[in-house]
Amino acid sequence: MNAPLTAKDFATDQEVRWCPGCGDYAILKCVQKTLADIGANPDKTSFVSGIGCSSRFPYYMNAYGFHTIHGRAPAFATGLKLANPEIDVWLVTGDGDGLSIGGNHLLHVLRRNVDMQIMLFNNEIYGLTKGQYSPTSRPGTRSPSTPAGSVDTPLSPCSFALGAGAKFIARGIDTDAKNLSPVLKAAHEFKGAALVEIFQNCIVYNKDVFEDFAAKKTAKETQLHVEHGKPLLFASGTRGLRLNPQSLNLEVVSVGDDGVPEADILIHDETSRAIAQLLVSLPTDGFPMPLGVIYREPATQSFDAAFWDAHPTQGKRTGKVADALRKGSVWKKA
Amino acid sequence: MDKISPENKSIVVRFAGDSGDGVQLLGSQFAESTALAGSDFSTFPDFPAEIRAPVGTTFGVSAFQINLGARRISTAGDQPDVLVAFNPAALKVNLPMMQKGALIILNTDAFNDRNFTKAHIASDPRKTGELDDYQVIEIDMSTQTLEAVKPLGLSKSDAEQSKNFWALGAVLWMFGRSREPIENWAKTKFAKKPEILNGNLAALNAGHAFAETAELSAEIPQFVIGEAPMEDGEYRSITGAEALSLGLAAAGELAGREVFFAGYPITPASSILHHLSRMGELGVATFQAEDEIAACCAAIGASFGGKIGVTSSSGPGIALKTEAIGLGMAVELPLVIVNSQRGGPSTGLPTKTEQSDLYQAVYGRNADAPLPVIATAGPGDCFDAAIEATRIAIRHMTPVFLLTDGYIANAAGPWALPDMADFEPILSNTPPQPQEDPTALKKEIWNRDPSSLGRPWVAPGMDGLAHRIGGLEKDIETGDISYDAANHQAMSELRARKVQAVADFIPDQEVEQGETKGPIAIVGWGSTHGAIYRAVQLAREEGYDVAQIHLRYLNPLPKNLGRLLASYDKIILPEMNMGQCATLLRDKLGIDVIQLNKVSGQPFKITEIQDVIKEHYPVAMKKAAE
Repeated sequence: MNAPLTAKDFATDQEVRWCPGCGDYAILKCVQKTLADIGANPDKTSFVSGIGCSSRFPYYMNAYGFHTIHGRAPAFATGLKLANPEIDVWLVTGDGDGLSIGGNHLLHVLRRNVDMQIMLFNNEIYGLTKGQYSPTSRPGTRSPSTPAGSVDTPLSPCSFALGAGAKFIARGIDTDAKNLSPVLKAAHEFKGAALVEIFQNCIVYNKDVFEDFAAKKTAKETQLHVEHGKPLLFASGTRGLRLNPQSLNLEVVSVGDDGVPEADILIHDETSRAIAQLLVSLPTDGFPMPLGVIYREPATQSFDAAFWDAHPTQGKRTGKVADALRKGSVWKKA
Repeated sequence: MDKISPENKSIVVRFAGDSGDGVQLLGSQFAESTALAGSDFSTFPDFPAEIRAPVGTTFGVSAFQINLGARRISTAGDQPDVLVAFNPAALKVNLPMMQKGALIILNTDAFNDRNFTKAHIASDPRKTGELDDYQVIEIDMSTQTLEAVKPLGLSKSDAEQSKNFWALGAVLWMFGRSREPIENWAKTKFAKKPEILNGNLAALNAGHAFAETAELSAEIPQFVIGEAPMEDGEYRSITGAEALSLGLAAAGELAGREVFFAGYPITPASSILHHLSRMGELGVATFQAEDEIAACCAAIGASFGGKIGVTSSSGPGIALKTEAIGLGMAVELPLVIVNSQRGGPSTGLPTKTEQSDLYQAVYGRNADAPLPVIATAGPGDCFDAAIEATRIAIRHMTPVFLLTDGYIANAAGPWALPDMADFEPILSNTPPQPQEDPTALKKEIWNRDPSSLGRPWVAPGMDGLAHRIGGLEKDIETGDISYDAANHQAMSELRARKVQAVADFIPDQEVEQGETKGPIAIVGWGSTHGAIYRAVQLAREEGYDVAQIHLRYLNPLPKNLGRLLASYDKIILPEMNMGQCATLLRDKLGIDVIQLNKVSGQPFKITEIQDVIKEHYPVAMKKAAE
């Protein structure tokens, strides 16, 4: 029996080519560590990516890897997973790759629920093409293609996923491996398409765009790490989210002597689409950023499993072409 | 005026009516009866893009043509000898293509002012004299059908639906065909709808009895089209789409791998998806993707995963797949891309046939991205062509284009069932052994066979062989990302050499009819085969020294082709486009050809090719021929 693999065993001989200080480094390290923790087998694991900075990821993972074309990674990954359901598929995409050029494929891989982990590195900018605004960029983003500031409404990846019928939605921050790794493990355990939005800092074109909630110093005040069955509390339990029964929106309230009793705080139920919808739709101003497993539908069957269940022979060849040719009306000349 | 006579060795019959009249069903069942009687035949379903266009309109006319004979039949026939027209619009659309003297059977129940207006016909064509050159038989088919099914208590609209069966019954009598196989087929087809089944069978029998007993008998001729001389063996009727699907399944069997087909609905390619989705027990799985791009990507993903990835479409869909096809080539994975060509450009003529995606297949990608391209020549040939395309894809580890077209996809003919033992197994390049040193392993992953330049097929799941592939230029030895100038030059040359290497594995080009040199060779590719075959055959019977050369391999071309073509004084190339294969031969062989280009959405007529032979035949030799 070989010794268990370590994070280092999941690194390749390739020199990593991201910009110094890029959030991708931290994610790479976290994923390598996570694969070691879960005892992944590199020969049964495949990373599939599209195009963009994040999509270079497979080259740096000691596993099978496929760096494909812009936006289409979900389709390649679907083909691979259907061809060989034993393979543990990890999809790596970004906000441009996954939500702009590849929005259609992301929609369908989520609604089909193909068993894979989808890591969407959201940095709210196009990095590899040098800084144009992306579908997640905030309004007013000044970029080479929008010198006067962007005017379109940005997309929330998790809202999109929920709308597409995703059955697992989670969030993490690139440099916060302590919280990101458990989220990746949960995504890995899930039998279906597990979307993990990872806030990733693009140090060159969109530096510190998530600093309002990602900064470690203020994290307690600005992050809400959701846990199934626990009240939605943050700021060391001094504040929480309460459902306003009139507006059906969440509101931030103080908890304790000066505020509401803890019993008023909404309990996180990760199987509730309604709560997930509320959490992914929270305004940014004055609200904490919900992180962790936001939604997980219990007991689903993945598409790849259903696909082969519906196949008359589960994909095996049981008949002969010579017999199939002779189905129907055959006549003999003699 | 030539009257068709019962002594004809072959006869062309055309059925025409509204899209909802069941003309295609009528035609295909008549073809089945012809097949079982041992005659040779070729069919041509000719239908509009609209599913059920407004009733009675000319643009809603659907037709089915069949040429049946007691001799070898190579096309669906130039001009019909018999037309069955269910309404005035069908008569109006189809009359111009009829032989003078042809037999025209009209459903008089539909010949009323309402339908004349819908078809923009000024006055009843039966009274204007425009049918004087034809033998016209008028039958109140709708009334006859209603009478026949009345005892069964069907609604009027359900009863009317059976008139195609009524007409089929009458036509079966005309050709002396048995009703039994049709009855058996209908019993299965309508097993869950007993009322419809009974209505159809009643109509079938009534039509048969009507033709047999009516005093019309003297007027309705009976034709005796006997057995055609064919080699001994087992036969069935098959369409191109079905033969191609079976061929892909057979390729999987020969390769010992499962086939993963990913497609997206598009006319006229969808029938391949439909056929394959019923071949699960042959180790075929089908996936309907969200779009053409995803279909191609999923097929490549499956090839990466070790299954035979296949995708299929028509021109517009192939255009969408193009970027992914380039990736498949760059990462050296097998993929079969089937293009059922249709009339273009853009959306074009979805239900009509054309051969105008040859440029797209040979030249149509960004950068230098050469790929093997082969074409099918007819319905039965699709089986062999699909096996050959898969064999090339796996041997050379490359995407391969398999060109077919709307005519071949839908046309049917008798097909001599192949013996699977006659096909060589399809061998994959063996995966390497795991290596301790990562660089040594990478070199093994990209260690290409020196003759085919195909690399080993290594799929996720294989122990100790994990590696990374991608669309960035890669080092020729290790597969690592490389922007090195000399390496890119070497890789570009390697990709070109790989496609050239296919020529080392394919047979020399043969001459199908005629001599290996002479005044004229007719060179064709794809579905023009049948028309060229018959035209050359007839010309040779008349004494013309003309040869037929039909190309299966379009990229690369067979090694001897240049030499062979140079031995003829003139090369004539009929094709259903504006001269794409002509360009290809000029490009690859430096040979100029006489182009015969037809882009009407209709297949070539035999006479069109006969005419061009005579036009270009050397005057000095013409006397000898005549």
